[in-house]
Amino acid sequence: MAPPPTAARPLRRAASVLHRRAGLRLALLLSAPMAWLVLAYLGSLAVLLLSAFWAVDDFTYDVERVWNTANFSTVLTEPVYRAIALRTLGIAVAVTVIDAVVAFPMAFYMARVARPRTRKLLVVAVLTPLWASYLVKAYAWRVIFSQGGVLDWLVGPLGLSSPGYGTTAVIVVLAYLWLPYMILPVYSGLENLPANLLDASADLGASAGRTFRSVVLPQVLPSVFAGSVFTFSLSLGDYVTVRIVGGKTQVLGTAIADNVTLNLPLAAALSCVPVVLIVGYLLAVRRTGALESL
Amino acid sequence: MILSRRTRIALRAAMVAGLAVVYLPLLLVLLNSLNRDRSFAWPPAGLTTQWWVRAWQSEGARSAVLTSLQAGAGATLVALVLGTMTAFAVQRHRFFGRQTVSFLVILPIALPGIVTGIALNAAFRTVLGPAGIGFGLLTVVIGHATFCIVVVFNNVVARLRRTFPSAEEASADLGAHTFQTFRYVTFPAVRSALLAGGLLAFALSFDEIVVTTFTAGPGVQTLPVWIYANLARPNQAPVVNVVAAVLVLLSVVPVYLAQRLSADSPGGRL
Repeated sequence: MAPPPTAARPLRRAASVLHRRAGLRLALLLSAPMAWLVLAYLGSLAVLLLSAFWAVDDFTYDVERVWNTANFSTVLTEPVYRAIALRTLGIAVAVTVIDAVVAFPMAFYMARVARPRTRKLLVVAVLTPLWASYLVKAYAWRVIFSQGGVLDWLVGPLGLSSPGYGTTAVIVVLAYLWLPYMILPVYSGLENLPANLLDASADLGASAGRTFRSVVLPQVLPSVFAGSVFTFSLSLGDYVTVRIVGGKTQVLGTAIADNVTLNLPLAAALSCVPVVLIVGYLLAVRRTGALESL
Repeated sequence: MILSRRTRIALRAAMVAGLAVVYLPLLLVLLNSLNRDRSFAWPPAGLTTQWWVRAWQSEGARSAVLTSLQAGAGATLVALVLGTMTAFAVQRHRFFGRQTVSFLVILPIALPGIVTGIALNAAFRTVLGPAGIGFGLLTVVIGHATFCIVVVFNNVVARLRRTFPSAEEASADLGAHTFQTFRYVTFPAVRSALLAGGLLAFALSFDEIVVTTFTAGPGVQTLPVWIYANLARPNQAPVVNVVAAVLVLLSVVPVYLAQRLSADSPGGRL
């Protein structure tokens, strides 16, 4: 066999060096992504955390690099911020509970009742709205909740009226937006349930209700927790939906956004609240083994 | 599990009702884009297609679409390269800190967009500002790529888990060098996962508003930012409605593509 043309030689030599040295391969593979994630991302987060310890000049609104913890004590002690944090937490919990309650029967129908052909179609039907713009969906609900809007028109004959823009609207819209994130993990949890477990339960004389309580629910609970990671964290950090349908409702997201331009240190301290809550929730959920089913 | 007839009917009713609630707002968007009335009085007094014509001619909407496409393409490209590299490192090597790498990749999407947004904003101002680089399209691409890496990573890792290195070893035994093996054996095996991941990354970037708000320069308006800025303007509302309707209609495209691309999970992995 003729020797390879000279241009190909350095390439082949590089290839053989890479082939022999797995450590070098790994280092090259990791270099660029880690440079990006550690420098660009963790670096930014560090800058943000650091600026939470700075102060703002009361007159010029300039950031002064004076080390202090006043921002954190403001966030922790001011009743306004405590109320905002509790409200945000309440919204996130309500959204998660609503989504779990709505998603479960739908996922159950998809996984256990529908025929295989229909099942495929239903999965696509649940998934498609995820691709429709987030903003457009929130906006559609703004039209629905508006005064004299669709909801008023719908429930008006019953003597009711739309709750208008506010906390209720925020909960409804967030639950709507994140519903597919709950349905999909619960669906795959239910689908992976071995049929013979259910048969065994029936053979031992359990009614459908008893099988559901004692076999299905304990097995699928981790999937519900997996879905709740999405619904809970996404609700905690949201601020655009709140701006669109929340009226004057203040949540952590809007409080952070409001402070960014005039008081970045306070905004930075405030943003530690959802981060701590989300990381705490992730750690708590990890103990149930739910994160493996993501 | 044998369900009674009544339970089955109740479950089907829940499914139908659930899907109705999911789709009715989207139908409303489509209908509203044809509403003759400027203030969307409900029910609509009449239908018209004039807003569609006006939206087609809207300069703002057109340039916003272009900016979104550019940002999406840039972010997807970066995410494809970095996500694939990380996936190969994590899936084909055993090393100290492997779990940490996976965690680090997921972090940008797990934390709220506003935290990522203001963190990048603060960092860009302190680091890029003195270097003379202002906020612009580049900063948007950097921001978007950061949270798009995870979807490419997830798709490629899932694929690598199911393909065994034996094919690559066979290729090496037959005399192919590392790059040839990558080109002719490894790459074809992960190609469709790359497409699915790239598609998801692009969709994620195209839909993003929060990080964009805090990383975009004054002249840079992606489509979501444009929509958000024009929501409150009564004059622009009909055009916004048409753009919204187009976005709802277009959401079918990625679902169809993803369905054809990946057999392992519908719509790729989130």
